[in-house]
Amino acid sequence: MTDALDLSLYVRRPLDGVAAMDLVVDGVHCGACIAAIESGLRKQAGVRGARVNLASKRVTVEWNEGALEPPAILERLEALGYPAYPFAAETADSVEKAAEQHLLRCLGVAAFAAMNVMLLSVSLWAGADSDPNSATRDLFHWLSALIALPCAAYAGMPFFTSAARALRSGSLNMDVPISLGVVLALALSVFQTIAHERAAYFDSALMLLAFLLAGRTLDQHMRRRARDFAANLTAIRADRALKLVDGGEARETPIASIHPGDLVLVRAGERVAVDGTVEDGRSEVDQSLVTGETLPIAVREGAQVYAGALNLTGALRVRVAKEAGDALLDEVNALLARAAEQRSSYVRLADQAARLYAPVVHVAAAATFLSWLWLGAGWQQSLIVAITVLIITCPCALGLAVPAVQVVAAGALFRRGLILNSGEALERLAEAGTVVFDKTGTLTDPRLALSNGADIAPEDLALAGSLALSSKHPLAKAVAEAARATDPISGHEFPGQGVSALHDGRRLKLGSVAFCKAEAEAAPIAAAFPDASLIVLRTPERAVVFAVRQGLRSDARETVAAIARRHEVEILSGDREGAVALIAGELGVAHFEFGVKPKDKIERVKALKAAGKRPLMVGDGLNDAPALAAAHVSISPISAAHIARAQADALFLGERLAPVNDALSLAAKARRLMVENLWLSLVYNLLAVPLAVTGRVTPLIAALAMSGSSILVTLNALRARQAHTLFSHSEETAGDRASGRTPVLGDGLWPAG
Amino acid sequence: MSVLVYLVPLALALGGLGLAAFLWALRNGQFDDLEGAAWRAISDDDLPEKGR
Repeated sequence: MTDALDLSLYVRRPLDGVAAMDLVVDGVHCGACIAAIESGLRKQAGVRGARVNLASKRVTVEWNEGALEPPAILERLEALGYPAYPFAAETADSVEKAAEQHLLRCLGVAAFAAMNVMLLSVSLWAGADSDPNSATRDLFHWLSALIALPCAAYAGMPFFTSAARALRSGSLNMDVPISLGVVLALALSVFQTIAHERAAYFDSALMLLAFLLAGRTLDQHMRRRARDFAANLTAIRADRALKLVDGGEARETPIASIHPGDLVLVRAGERVAVDGTVEDGRSEVDQSLVTGETLPIAVREGAQVYAGALNLTGALRVRVAKEAGDALLDEVNALLARAAEQRSSYVRLADQAARLYAPVVHVAAAATFLSWLWLGAGWQQSLIVAITVLIITCPCALGLAVPAVQVVAAGALFRRGLILNSGEALERLAEAGTVVFDKTGTLTDPRLALSNGADIAPEDLALAGSLALSSKHPLAKAVAEAARATDPISGHEFPGQGVSALHDGRRLKLGSVAFCKAEAEAAPIAAAFPDASLIVLRTPERAVVFAVRQGLRSDARETVAAIARRHEVEILSGDREGAVALIAGELGVAHFEFGVKPKDKIERVKALKAAGKRPLMVGDGLNDAPALAAAHVSISPISAAHIARAQADALFLGERLAPVNDALSLAAKARRLMVENLWLSLVYNLLAVPLAVTGRVTPLIAALAMSGSSILVTLNALRARQAHTLFSHSEETAGDRASGRTPVLGDGLWPAG
Repeated sequence: MSVLVYLVPLALALGGLGLAAFLWALRNGQFDDLEGAAWRAISDDDLPEKGR
């Protein structure tokens, strides 16, 4: 590392004189890695301790302040074979973690109480209340109340607060009937105990809480994992920029600590990490991540450049943009804000069910009360029967029915290389009608590849590859990669034009068409590959033209065909007509639009929405972000622009497009299972209703009804793991071949169930 | 039935002990890294110097 690296942003000070830093570590996956990292770091002078967290793939390092420079830790880890990336925990992370801990505590308390009360209840059912004067039974009931009331008050908090929130805003969610059921069951039990009655439902209420909390905890755990994971990716991809400090010295700085007005240096072959204005220098930039346009454009002083653009030829000094003032970003931001406003609040399936279910239950209970009264029972007895109706119909399984499927399906999708950003993404995905693809970077692989390799003689390719090794230009890199070149021919690089070298007495050149004077040879190639950039090898005898472009993702054809069987497919691209038509033709997509601006994309998405097509938008660029936000549901590749990733409901990893199809088919299956689960639990509850209405429910029946239906829906949810997918080898994480980053994404990151 | 006088409190105390242990473990971060803990159990890091 030649430039000084500024890491002060990431260093914490937990104690006086002690500094600490959290790092995301690439490639930890077993016990040996833990030992190697921890002992390797401890041997470093000044380091006080290191602790690896295998589940989140992070390591915390503490050292004596001043004893070493933070970059030394990165170098040490790199030397140990584990590239690491500094990580700044966000407050949202600790909020999620605290929420999970709270749920776990509630679960522990509820399970403790349920087991102990059940101990007492089982002995009563087994005959302990044969005692004629009911003293033992009353004692047991009082003991149960003593355990159940405080524990339920504590463990039920997550439900009570959520129910209160829903009621205050005038709506109904699943927690309202749940809370009502628990509170009424406890109140009735206390009343029965005071009256020396036989039936008390403390055990049912607590078991209900324990089951539901188990579901909630799993749900929250999954959500936190997804968040951790996204945070790790952000840390790994966190862009750094070369900030020019006063003396003209370049210092490698995380972009989080670069501010408007700073000056940064962007060398040829690097990505621009910030939005800004070119202050000095001339170059060509590839803005395909920003606009979808694949042809490079020339920039000079005064030109706007955007984060994500690839600087191709010359070094640029860029003045970081002030908050306001650049046209494209402002337009995108304004569109984004409007799209977010218009995204209607989505009513989840579970809450839909609660809206339908709760009134029915309450009417049934009221009817029971009135009928018993009418039949001549006292109001007390009528009330008791009515409350047992409420308890028995309490939507225990209903509360588990949806989250259980979500947890299982999200885990299955994760193993196929897709991360869900939001809980309702699955439900939205299942409803998707038309699938809208962006072209550049989404259907195509963002890495450049040689596309006319078959027409080129192997010795020419080898020669060009060796020469390309001495250039930093992305096109040259693509040629070197295609040639699998290893021994460089050292040459002189002319910035913006190409490299030239004397090799075995022959003058060799590799560079632009003009640099190699190969206009005649280039014309037919340019016609055959309208979306490609050309690079030429000039030897004394001849000129060889290489067409380099973003190729289709390896499985794009099969995936798009599979999706087209069940959905309408469209392509909306900001690129030129020729390039888009070519891709659309290859994929067999009839409906495509080219040269589309962000505003037009959003219009198209809205039109589809208005036509009731519920579009799924798949896109990666800055120009896709508003459409991603406006669509019914959206997916981005992990290589997408930061702003696009933030809008997407789901991200897919790796080079293959298959996760998009897997997501659609698994989501459809998951939704089917959710509905099935809702019906299962409903039917199960309804079977017990006649008993409740006729006043024959015993506490034993209530307990069986609750645990039985919960177990049933959980088992049914497990079926979401097996889903038909496009490729039999889908089980391997799609990112495996992508970048060597996969270990962070990790094996077994997800709970199996 | 007088046996209940000490059996019931005993059962509750044992249950409470379990709950207290769980809460203690939770507070001490024992559940933060379940995968790492599985590997640490079989790591022989803590043995005296011997080529691992």
